[in-house]
Amino acid sequence: MGKLSANRGVYMQRKERLWVRLKKDIKVNYLLYLLVLPGLLFYIIFCYVPMPGVLMAFEDYQARSGIFGSTWVGLKHFTRFFNSYYFWVLIKNTLRISIYNLVVGFPIPIIFALMLNYLNHKRLKKTVQMVSYAPHFISAVVICGMITMFFNKDTGIINQVLERFGGEATNFLAKPELFDDIYVWSGIWQEMGWSAIIYVAALAGVDPELHEAAIMDGATKIQRMIHIDIPSIKSTIIMLLILQFGSVMSVGFEKAYFLTNSMNKSAANIISTYVYEVGLIDRDFGFSTAVGLFNSLINMILLITVNKISRKVADEGLF
Amino acid sequence: MKGIVKSRVEKSYSDTIFDVVNLGVMCLLLIIFIWPMWFVLIASFSDPNQLWLGNVIFWPKGFTLEAYEKLLEYTDIWIGYKNTILYTVVGTLVNLILTVTLAYPLSRKDFLPRKLIMIMLVITMYFSGGLIPTYLVVKNLGMVNSFWAMIIPGAISTYNVLVVRTYFVNSIPNELHEAAKLDGANNIQFFGKIALPLAKPVVAVVGLYYAVGHWNDYYTALIYLYDKEKFPLTCFLKNLIIDTSTAMQGSFGSSASEMESMIRLAQSLKYSTIIVAVIPMLIVYPFVQKFFVKGVMIGSIKG
Repeated sequence: MGKLSANRGVYMQRKERLWVRLKKDIKVNYLLYLLVLPGLLFYIIFCYVPMPGVLMAFEDYQARSGIFGSTWVGLKHFTRFFNSYYFWVLIKNTLRISIYNLVVGFPIPIIFALMLNYLNHKRLKKTVQMVSYAPHFISAVVICGMITMFFNKDTGIINQVLERFGGEATNFLAKPELFDDIYVWSGIWQEMGWSAIIYVAALAGVDPELHEAAIMDGATKIQRMIHIDIPSIKSTIIMLLILQFGSVMSVGFEKAYFLTNSMNKSAANIISTYVYEVGLIDRDFGFSTAVGLFNSLINMILLITVNKISRKVADEGLF
Repeated sequence: MKGIVKSRVEKSYSDTIFDVVNLGVMCLLLIIFIWPMWFVLIASFSDPNQLWLGNVIFWPKGFTLEAYEKLLEYTDIWIGYKNTILYTVVGTLVNLILTVTLAYPLSRKDFLPRKLIMIMLVITMYFSGGLIPTYLVVKNLGMVNSFWAMIIPGAISTYNVLVVRTYFVNSIPNELHEAAKLDGANNIQFFGKIALPLAKPVVAVVGLYYAVGHWNDYYTALIYLYDKEKFPLTCFLKNLIIDTSTAMQGSFGSSASEMESMIRLAQSLKYSTIIVAVIPMLIVYPFVQKFFVKGVMIGSIKG
């Protein structure tokens, strides 16, 4: 009992001291506080004020009564979502696209960086690198416009070339089974150069003495790649892999939104487009927020799990 | 002795194959990266009929500016263009001011609430209220369907604040600040005269990130805007190059052959539209691409 109150005393004292210190600091450094103020206000208004809004996921939101006055309905929106026809469709589509993207899209920039690293022609190396970043800066609208135009059944260049070689014109974008391929591979085209930058930088930092020793021992380039380069950039790879896992459930909105049409909708419906449709088109605020909240919870759980696994297996993690 | 010689030969043999394959793959990649962009360019300058028949693959056929002339008539595109330029310029300016003023105090070890504010920022990277709650806040502020909806709600990217802060921490030694203090400079003077000029490279990089984001932004407009006069270029691009039907509007009522050529021209028009939309990027890109790379480097050395 006495110990507790003593602790409390120390705590109060500390708190008071902090307050005094803060007051003093504000007096001395008031200009720094002034500088920080606009940015801080932004975070409070646009990040922290909306946060209690997640409560909407548990209530029948009425604009008149506000977030704290609307009727509490518990997990109603969640059970409705879990029991709806869309639930499994959305989960399947989202997971299928993002796992495909992870399995193919993650190793390719690493391989690309490794190959660039062993390219003997300096000029070609520079050119390939510079050209490979360029697609990263093209907007999703333009990329998807190019895709719809190139793959058009009658006028698309891909089909025209196919036909010339005796193939048959296909309406690629109308086929749900091809949606994933188009989505993932166009993403790889757009991002592989950009994602490779970080690996190229990491490879540049590999100790050249290791390579010299390996060459003396008669190691081939492929052997050096496997035994020197990959182990040296392992921590970079793991860090980026964990980050990727953290966003497995958030497949980009814009591309899916642009590439969806009435024919491929069964494969293109993903969680982020659904949240938008239900929320802003149908104005079902509570339900939409519930779906969004469910999504970010899964992401967070995945991030923490993968981080833990990587801590155990590779002794490396983000946090 | 013989064994060693043999393994040397084998080794160089394996390396030669590797080099040849590597060179081949890189050349192929170069074509894969360039051709789609190149095709859009030549398609926009080619005769619409040749394009329609699929005769344009690697070189333009029947050079013409028809598609660009037609594009001039589409006033929508130019409204969008003007809006996008405005959003990009004003938006990037606001972004930079807020980001740098926030990042600088956070880099100062003697700034008392530094840790607390850092935690506050990092939390927002992993947790947010979500689409609807944010929308409602913007709505309550009366910003929906206004110019500022495109600028203010996304005014700071936490990632960029961390990049700038890291740069300040690494490039401005504490002694410099102590010395300035002894000379009687206050915090603002130090920030404006010493810290900011030193941070020029990182401000350039982060500014470019923000500017590209504004130029390509569609999502914000989709959520917050509904007046056509305020739409950025991306909204009109979506109508023109993705929703196929709209490009053919106005062709009803003309004769069959006229309609046919209208449709052909409409296709070329899409290509010229893309070129006009990406041209600012294409012009700026070669000059700034080394900055982008630098930005990724600075960003990757966190902490």
